[in-house]
Parts: sequence; structure tokens; C-alpha cells
Amino acid sequence: MAAISRDEVAHLARLARIEMSSDELDHLASELDQILHAVDRVQEAAKDDVPPTSHPLPLKNVTRPDVVVPSLTPQDALSGAPASDEQRFKVPQILGDAE
Amino acid sequence: MASALANKDVSAVDLANEHFARIEEVDGEVHAFLYLDKEGALSQAKSVDEKRAAGEKLGPLAGVPLALKDVMAQKGIPTTCGSKILEGWRPPYDATVVTRLKDAGIVILGKTNMDEFAMGSSTENSAYGPTHNPWDLTRIPGGSGGGSSASLAAFEAPLAIGTDTGGSIRQPAAVTGTVGVKPTYGAVSRYGLVAFSSSLDQAGPCARTVLDAALLHEVIAGHDGKDSSSINAPVPAVVAAAKKLDVKGMKIGVIKELGGEGFQKGVSERFNEALEELVKAGAEIVEVSCPNFEYALAAYYLIAPSEASSNLARFDSMRYGLRVGDDGSRGAEEVMSLTRQAGFGKEVKRRIILGTYALSSGYYDAYYGSAQRVRTLIMRDYEAAFAKADVLVSPTAPTTAFKIGEKADDPVAMYLNDIATIPVNMAGIGGMSLPCGLAPEDGLPVGFQIMSPAMKDDLMYQVGGTLEAALNAKWGSTLISQAPALGAK
Repeated sequence: MAAISRDEVAHLARLARIEMSSDELDHLASELDQILHAVDRVQEAAKDDVPPTSHPLPLKNVTRPDVVVPSLTPQDALSGAPASDEQRFKVPQILGDAE
Repeated sequence: MASALANKDVSAVDLANEHFARIEEVDGEVHAFLYLDKEGALSQAKSVDEKRAAGEKLGPLAGVPLALKDVMAQKGIPTTCGSKILEGWRPPYDATVVTRLKDAGIVILGKTNMDEFAMGSSTENSAYGPTHNPWDLTRIPGGSGGGSSASLAAFEAPLAIGTDTGGSIRQPAAVTGTVGVKPTYGAVSRYGLVAFSSSLDQAGPCARTVLDAALLHEVIAGHDGKDSSSINAPVPAVVAAAKKLDVKGMKIGVIKELGGEGFQKGVSERFNEALEELVKAGAEIVEVSCPNFEYALAAYYLIAPSEASSNLARFDSMRYGLRVGDDGSRGAEEVMSLTRQAGFGKEVKRRIILGTYALSSGYYDAYYGSAQRVRTLIMRDYEAAFAKADVLVSPTAPTTAFKIGEKADDPVAMYLNDIATIPVNMAGIGGMSLPCGLAPEDGLPVGFQIMSPAMKDDLMYQVGGTLEAALNAKWGSTLISQAPALGAK
């Protein structure tokens, strides 16, 4: 049985904000199916009494003193922006229908 | 090279120029570099020469050239991470590693090729074309840091920086006959390193000898307040360890599960011969078992894509990088989706979608949760193994370099190449690869992997330095000196 359908891949692509052509969806659905079969095995190894590890170092709430240090100038911060306007990032319309 | 510089037999400017000439001669065939910074390199070299002439005390690597993996931000220098989505981006700041290299007087020649966002084992996933292995130009130089390893093997640079999430320093070192070290997680700052999988990523030194790697290790390692996961403890004395050349009484554990079936015959042969050298040098070999390693690959291919799907959300076309389709008629989300379609390559999309799936509700426990439990089991395996041995060893990769294109259409087969390197990242311990000979069947380099417990990186340098000296004595020369000549055409 397929672990993942083409429709599911299309849904995931929407969640990940990646536009995909019909060809890409077909291809990816079959590849992901293979990969998921290969990684399925983690479920047989992992018993519930084993605690999960998210990180190799046992660190907790690392903080530093709240001291003001020099940071990027507005020009530097905007230097890689696709579009900018008066010290601001200029982006396409984010609310409602674009005209 | 460093001593020639210190004795003023050669100037840093001459050395940089010689390397640029070599790059010009052979990089058409190898394609290790994505960008060369002649101006910056020569100005740094000139400043080192002036300081030396003025009698200033300089670090041991001052004036030595280096190739930087294109995953590191360097101020004003194009940083692409092998991706179209960052084409033309010039970071407004230096990564901490870059700051430390510059402070040490190291001359950064340019940026090296890599699999897009460090996702791959062959450098074929670079949006800018593959890099070729200097030992055989039809073969892969490993990945993701194939540009860095190839630049060393082709004598385009004596030092390089790599990053290792699942083997991206060690596997390229193995297949190019060079040395690559993944330090303990947190030993080298991740500030300015384009993130792939934050709990696994670790930068480290690449070189042609163990001692060179150790010298570079001491330059880049150490606590950094800009990376909250950076270890706040003294850096182990890896240079002193690399010079010890003594393993008498040390226990070296061979991991049973990382050998035998699935490993190329010549790889196993050379690995076993290297073990004999360590025995001759006075070490004791013990066999250890890590039964949960068989699940490591599966767990890695859930954890790394999960973290990547989140990390790569930052490439949203709003603040930097590519923007596609912004013609005034489209909203931000549509522009974002079109940009990510055009900017990301196949493997990156595959992993983002896989990660999004593994983290989505309903599947989180079964996939990401289970993978994290496997991570605990792997750490326990290592703990038990290190109770029996000072360091652990295995072949670095199951095979020598494969042909370009050979595994490009089979992601699962490609992933299998990382089987021996991935457990190290999962546990956050140190790992090194050094050359242990050429496989008789194909004449290509084989890598020997040494793993040391977290925070004890000096132990792998001690064993690596000793093994390297013993092998060089046996061969009568270094392995890399047997590499075929390039640029003869």
C-alpha cells in the first residue's frame, strides 16, 4: 500500500509554500513513498519507555547579558533585499486579494 | 608551508598567487570553486607579510591559504550554499568561523562547491554543476563538501573548511584521500553557517594531514556567545595530541555493525591493515556492538529533513535572495511559492516535503517522535561502547568514490553511503576520517574513521596522528602524493 498519496503531497507542498507542477507531484509522490518505506523502521526500534532526544547537548535556557552592541546598519540589513523602500523591506501584498 | 612562511622562505602573497595559478590550471577540470576572492586574499596575504616583516608575533597558520565551503557567510562575498535561491547574495556580516580565520591571518582564497544546502553525498545536487574527484574526474568527490575536499586533493588549497550534518566533512575526505574532522557538537560556532539541521550541523577542519587539521581546529573552535549551543569549555589540546604519535595501552573499539556485508572488499581490506598498524604501535583492539545503529539512517532521514523544513522556511523571497513573479498582480504567498519552486532544487524540495510530512499532526509521533527515541538508543550504544574503548573505529564510507550520475536517481541508495558517518552526528560526538590506502579493485582512496567521546576530540587526533605516521612509513610517502597529475591536457 502506498504510504503517501499524490493529493497528500500536493497538500504538503502548499503547506511548505512550494508551487509544484503536475509532473513534480507525480515524481515526488512515488519517491516519498519509497523513502517512507525505508524510514518506517524507526517505529519498530523505538519503544515508549525510551525518552526522545532532541539535541546532543543537555543545555537549557542559555542566556547572555542584555548589553547593546553594534549591529547591522539599515543599509547593510537591506543590502540583499529583493526590493526596499525608505529603510523598509518592500514586499508583495499580504492581505486580501491582490489586484 | 607554515614553517616556510615563518622562516620567510616564501611570502604569503607568493603563496596565494601560486595557489591561484594552480586553480586556474586545474579547476576547469575539477570545478571545486564557485567564487574566487583574489583581491581579498591578496590584501590579507600582504598584511600578514607586513606584520611578519615588522616582527609581530603571528599564529602558526598566518599566511596559509584556505578554501571556504560556500555554506559560511563571508562579508561582501557571494554566498550561495549551492542554491539558486541565494544566487548573488552578499552577506552583510562574517560568520564567527570566518572572523576567527581572518584574525589568525589565514588567507581565504574563495568559496567551494557543495550539494545545495549541504543535502547530498556527491556534490551533484549543487545548482552550479558537479565537482569532479581529482583521483578520477568521472567520479564524485563526496558530499556535501565535495568542493572543499577536491580543492585539497587537487592541491588548489592546503586547508579547507567543511560542515558535517551526516558525514559531509568525513565522507568527502574519505573518497579524496584527505583528512576531515567533525568536532564534538558545539565545539565550533554555528553563527553565520546557513542552517540545514541545527541539532546535527557542525563545522570542522579539512586538510591533507592530521596535524594541519589540528592546527586549523584550534583556530576555529571555542565558545561563542552568538551561538547558544556553543560549548563553554576549553578546547581540547588537539595539536599536542596530533603530535604525540603514541597509542600504547589505548583501547580501540571496532564497531561490529559498521563493516562486513554492504562494505566494498577493498575498503574492508585496507581498514583491517590499518588496524594491524595500530596494534603494532601498541594499541589493543576490542570488538564492540552497537545494535541500534541499524536504525540510525532511518532516524536521520526523518530528523534532518524535519529540521530543514523549518530552517529553510526563511527563504521566503522577502528579505534577501531570489524573488520570482512579483509583477504587482500577485500576493506575497503566491510570490513565495513561485520563488521556492524556481529557487530550490529537487533534493531540497524532496527533503522539505518529507520533513513537513514527518512533523505534521497525526504523523509526528510515528515519525519525528520515533526518530528522536532512536537517537537516544544510539547515544546509549555509544555510551556502552566507550565504556569498553577509548576511541571507536570503522571505515568512513562503505565504498570508494562512485561514478557521477550513478546514484542520482535513487535517493535511498545515495543515503546508504552515509551509514557509518550518521551515528556520530546523532550522538554529537567527534569523528575524523583519514586515508588508509587505495582499494585494490579500483585504485581509489579508502577512509578510516575514528570516533571519540564528546569533548574529547584530542583522542581521535592522537590515534589519527599515530596511524598516519605508521602508514606513511609503510608506504614510504603520503597517499595524496600518489594522486594522478591534473592539468596535463
